[in-house]
Amino acid sequence: MRRGLSAFNMTAVALGLAFLYLPIAILVIYSFNASRLVTVWGGWSTRWYVALWNDEAMLEAAWTSLRIAFLSATAATILGTLAAVVLVRSGRFFGRTAFSGLVYAPLVMPEVITGLSLLLLFVAIEADRGFWTVTMAHTTVTMCFVAVIVQSRLLSFDLSLEEAAMDLGCPPLRAFLTVTLPLIFPAVAAGWMLAFTLSLDDLVLASFTTGPGATTLPIRIYSEVRLGVKPEINAVSTVMIVVVAVGIIAATLISKRGVVAR
Amino acid sequence: MSGTNRPRRGWGARLVILIPALWLAVFFAVPFLIVLKISLSQSAIAQPPYTPVLDLAAGWQGLKDWAAGLSLESYALLASDSLYVSSYLRSLQIAALSTAILLLIGYPIAYGIARAPRRMQAVLVMAIVLPFLTAFLIRIYALVTILQREGLLNDALLALSLVREPLVWLSTDTAIVIGIVYSYLPFMVLPLYASLEKMDDTLLEAAADLGCPWWKAFWLVTVPLSAPGIVAGALLCFIPIVGEFVIPDLLGGSDALMIGQTLWTEFFSNKDWPAASALAVALLAILLVPIMIYQHIQMRALEHR
Repeated sequence: MRRGLSAFNMTAVALGLAFLYLPIAILVIYSFNASRLVTVWGGWSTRWYVALWNDEAMLEAAWTSLRIAFLSATAATILGTLAAVVLVRSGRFFGRTAFSGLVYAPLVMPEVITGLSLLLLFVAIEADRGFWTVTMAHTTVTMCFVAVIVQSRLLSFDLSLEEAAMDLGCPPLRAFLTVTLPLIFPAVAAGWMLAFTLSLDDLVLASFTTGPGATTLPIRIYSEVRLGVKPEINAVSTVMIVVVAVGIIAATLISKRGVVAR
Repeated sequence: MSGTNRPRRGWGARLVILIPALWLAVFFAVPFLIVLKISLSQSAIAQPPYTPVLDLAAGWQGLKDWAAGLSLESYALLASDSLYVSSYLRSLQIAALSTAILLLIGYPIAYGIARAPRRMQAVLVMAIVLPFLTAFLIRIYALVTILQREGLLNDALLALSLVREPLVWLSTDTAIVIGIVYSYLPFMVLPLYASLEKMDDTLLEAAADLGCPWWKAFWLVTVPLSAPGIVAGALLCFIPIVGEFVIPDLLGGSDALMIGQTLWTEFFSNKDWPAASALAVALLAILLVPIMIYQHIQMRALEHR
């Protein structure tokens, strides 16, 4: 195969990356701006981080969001991995088309529709809206992203390994947990990470399904942003970006080490 | 494959199917039926703000009362008020335009990545995905800072003397399209890359050997072979963009709304749940065919590997 970057290809990729990263870089730099005016550079300062540290409501919202993201990502990873196993391994069964439809539809469904329908469900069953309803809403949508990621890994997985274990008398569940799961673990971990960040980031689903006392970080940020651009938002955004970036790099390193160890 | 090997399914295997199926049925399929039901109700100043409420405890009579109270009022409202119709058309128009631009920008990027040395490809794919993982809302917020009148884009244009006076970016359709392209670019690049990466380069060499100019070979060989990626990427972007709320709300103007904003307003500001539900049903009706095509592609990709 002839590979290599022509000048045109290189320019396209470089411009694309610049387009994606420049706004984020500007956001991070301006979070250290001493000036209250977001567009005027007034020298370096960490005053907005101090202001953030003293903003109880913002910290409270961040803590709520982190807990929801952790719980929903964990539930979504379990459910999504099961769904992926069904899609790849279960062959034909009654309702297979409906099942795959249920897994793929939430990926593209506009969030306003999913959010509205979930809220109406919670109202119909008279559930108390708040922390748990948001967690369930996030689980429902993010499990489908996990399913797609794990599914692609399962497709390239050598089934004979698991069959060998079962031929040697290993029960199916144990064969899955001790043979398959460790081998598909990078995809499962990547799925968890994606579910976590999607949940941390979601405004629409959370706005529909939340109730009193459970304000998530995006809801909080959104209500501030609507009132105008504020330097403190740059600071909280930078913290979020750093947390997510560190998490992703750590996850990448862990899965790399797993490969090397084998 | 395993289905034919092991036709008998134990209770364990059934449970594996049942758990995710039940979860999605309860939290994704059933809610749509409720939306459909409420779209046929009338709005009321009550909690919940719609009538009739299905009272299952009243048995058959309750069911009859409920059925008698259903109305098409909300749908009649949608059809009669040009605000809703124009809001739908506007959403479709912006989504189509954005998807076309995404394809034009995304294709060269995906192509460039697919041509890069193997070792670099994983890094470049990661670089495209990473911003998608770092907070969507924040990235739209970052664009607000850049696009506002005293923002950095105007500063840059003025400094380069490309314009004489600051242009209005924020609160325009241009800003919405920029925001959409910015947020959805990874969704377009990844499926395109996946289909371009599988392509056999010897086909292009064969075309060149037979005297086909590169642009013709690109059009006759590369583009048709990447068609699955083009369709998947376009649908993956187009469908959610039609119902997008956050981007037009933060970047767009207040005079003309996209359908996601209209639904949001009906629900949160006007507290008209039946109208919001009818909007959701109508939106879903428009998107049903694209969604089914998308699922068909996903299923086929699963079976053909």
